[in-house]
Amino acid sequence: MTEIERHGYDVVVIGAGGAGLRAAIEARELGKRTAIISKSLFGKAHTVMAEGGIAASMGNINSRDNWQVHFRDTMRGGKFLNNWRMAELHAREAPQRVWELETYGALFDRTEEGKISQRNFGGHEYPRLAHVGDRTGLELIRTLQQKIVSLQQEDYAQYGDYEANLKVYAECTVTEILRDGGAIAGAFAYWRETGRFVVFETPTVVLATGGIGKSFKVTSNSWEYTGDGHALALRTGASLINMEFVQFHPTGMVWPPSVKGILVTESVRGDGGVLRNSEGKRFMFDYIPEVFTSQYADSEDEADRWYEDADNNRRPPELLPRDEVARAINSEVKADRGSPHGGVFLDVSDRMPAEVITKRLPSMYHQFMELADVDITVGPMEVGPTCHYVMGGVQVDPDTAASSVPGLFAAGEVAGGMHGSNRLGGNSLSDLLVFGRRAGTGVASYVDSLTARPAINGHDVESAAAAAVNPFGDGTESARENPYTVQQDLQQTMNDLVGIIRKADEMELALKKLDELRSRADTVVVEGHRQFNPGWHLALDLRNMLAVSECVTKAALQRTESRGGHTRDDFPAMDPHWRQVVLVCTAGSDGVEVACEQQPAMRDDLLELFERTELEKYYTDVELPEESL
Amino acid sequence: MAYQQHFRVWRGDAEGGELADFDAEVNEGEVVLDIIHRLQATQAPDLAVRWNCKAGKCGSCSAEVNGRPRLLCMTRMSTLDPDETVVVTPMKTFPVIRDLVCDVSYNYTKAREVPAFVPPKELQPGEYRMQQVDVERSQEFRKCIECFLCQDTCHVIRDHEENKESFSGPRYLMRVAELDMHPLDAAAEQGVDRKAGAQDDHGLGMCNITKCCTEVCPEHIKITDNALIPMKERVADRRFDPFFPIAKLFGRRWAS
Repeated sequence: MTEIERHGYDVVVIGAGGAGLRAAIEARELGKRTAIISKSLFGKAHTVMAEGGIAASMGNINSRDNWQVHFRDTMRGGKFLNNWRMAELHAREAPQRVWELETYGALFDRTEEGKISQRNFGGHEYPRLAHVGDRTGLELIRTLQQKIVSLQQEDYAQYGDYEANLKVYAECTVTEILRDGGAIAGAFAYWRETGRFVVFETPTVVLATGGIGKSFKVTSNSWEYTGDGHALALRTGASLINMEFVQFHPTGMVWPPSVKGILVTESVRGDGGVLRNSEGKRFMFDYIPEVFTSQYADSEDEADRWYEDADNNRRPPELLPRDEVARAINSEVKADRGSPHGGVFLDVSDRMPAEVITKRLPSMYHQFMELADVDITVGPMEVGPTCHYVMGGVQVDPDTAASSVPGLFAAGEVAGGMHGSNRLGGNSLSDLLVFGRRAGTGVASYVDSLTARPAINGHDVESAAAAAVNPFGDGTESARENPYTVQQDLQQTMNDLVGIIRKADEMELALKKLDELRSRADTVVVEGHRQFNPGWHLALDLRNMLAVSECVTKAALQRTESRGGHTRDDFPAMDPHWRQVVLVCTAGSDGVEVACEQQPAMRDDLLELFERTELEKYYTDVELPEESL
Repeated sequence: MAYQQHFRVWRGDAEGGELADFDAEVNEGEVVLDIIHRLQATQAPDLAVRWNCKAGKCGSCSAEVNGRPRLLCMTRMSTLDPDETVVVTPMKTFPVIRDLVCDVSYNYTKAREVPAFVPPKELQPGEYRMQQVDVERSQEFRKCIECFLCQDTCHVIRDHEENKESFSGPRYLMRVAELDMHPLDAAAEQGVDRKAGAQDDHGLGMCNITKCCTEVCPEHIKITDNALIPMKERVADRRFDPFFPIAKLFGRRWAS
């Protein structure tokens, strides 16, 4: 084997989205030599797709907002399955993380007083989302990218080398994490451009790889979302939690077919857009679940008054958490009250003047005009659910983002627990910042605590290299699968059998099909050579997609209730006994193993933020606090 | 409503290459990137193309369709004549890596040469106050998705490789303008003169405002009118220029 390129770092961050960049900034500012490894070009990460905003209780629009209210909303959105400590840290620290972005140069939309403007969003009691029109994710990624550049400029001034302490390895894919004993020792990767291998010697890896949506056919996620971090964590011995909870965003484009799944931001509803069925009815009033009746309006009049007077009216049901709205749309379509292309109507044209729409929702205007020939200022959009986000991910310590494997950390979508069974819109970008930064401090103190550097085992590098070139085959194969076909079949399987509404028999069938797909994936043979070869890249991503799909399916089959992003046709009710249970996936000798773990009990001062009557809707009697007299 | 269309896609690498012929199915509503993906899945599995979001938001799938710089994901097949051959080539201004994928590192090099935002010392996080009308100018430039199509089309570097050293291209001249127009940028206090930098370090003077960059911008940013021309005016304001002092003199006379 030819000599493999090697680099040594204190910290290796895999993923260059919001969480990865924020973690890298923190680690570098704490004096650690840091590498960021990204499958894509720098600045193209999936974070750019986020539209609506960053949730943080700055109270700039409604001064009643504070971290306790944000915490309550987050727990309600996740149906109380959230790791409460993560939800607490997130709500407490989000404002500071947003303000910090301004010191990096971010330019958010402003209030009259010149503060950061905040908008309404599903599940958030007050206007809470810091935003830039409907391109907030782009602002976030660009701001962090430019902060990285500014740190590199500092290094250039000091050392004459931009990359002395912080380097971005763009278009580089990690296929294996290497260990020394139980602890992290390095990472094995290939350059997409040349296909050459590269080994990173590092005592720490921060996973910030995002989600898994590309395992589903209809998704708002890009090709990158193949669950790499989830799968790497599994293979490295860490555990994944809450994998059964997959968020289907209620509003994706449904037509034309080639754009099916592309996101239509929740801001459309936050800013006044309404959902109607083919009969012209605002159907969401029929779908307000019992747990939310005190917060959501039951008449159109009250709902419309809320936009002007939020303190004295309940919210429109279009702004229920995403899982509720997605299920409602699904039901309307199944009841033959859908739009011509199998969605429902989302209309903002009769709610705001055209110039307000193009100002507040410029990307949506542009997207529908250019991709669907629909002018959203004069007529409705057709929308339907699209796979958007995975609540499940690596089980981490809330304060440090450390996994159970020494040296392995995770932040952002790849980490689990924060959002419970369902994430509120806007809580993702704040999650990236809060836990990205915490991963940065966590990893830095881990590095400081080490007495010796771990060493990479040469044999591990050889087997990682052999596995990476395996898809090229040796020419003797009797069966030759095409990676694109296997991927399409996997996406169809997950969409049809483990999608928005689930049943035991369908999921059992999915497991059988996943077995077959795994065998087929083993016989994939790719053409061409290693230089920028998308067929080869996909073949390597496939095993990750299969591993996370197995986790989702096995966990979903075990959870015999419906909650948040997990809806069982055969167990339609939420069951308080399941609230305390977290399903934990680990890699076993015979595929993924799922075990039950008890949720830690919420601290008393946090529990007291809720009315007992509300807790009764989620908790079992034995869990409830003693009734005070 | 599917139909067959003829495509010629450039295939090759840094050593050279040629247009390869393909016939592919086209369905209603599809964009050029859909066709490239269909070719990958059915005829050319190793056809290299860069893409991410397929929604016009990330700026990865830049290439040239019939010679025009375009995002492949935002170029609808319905805008092209079904009887015509569609020619897809990599961006011309940057070196090819493979097929439709270019080495765009020039842009990242230039990005690093623009001095970063300098936060005002006297303000703590949370104390920033800016009016919407003041942030809007820079916000327009921050809509940039860094597709580099403006860089690709700019003849200063498209036709003159030798200018790349001294010219940063519309994208990074606009970045300088964005920082210069940021209401709270404190670069001047640190002795950074963004106007001088635009002229001396980034080659603003080489731009002769043909507006080609504005024409190809998928975000419809008025790069020339709102970033480059105002920047040229600011530079001219502070330097000897036979025109501006006279204009100013007249300006005062007319005002009085």
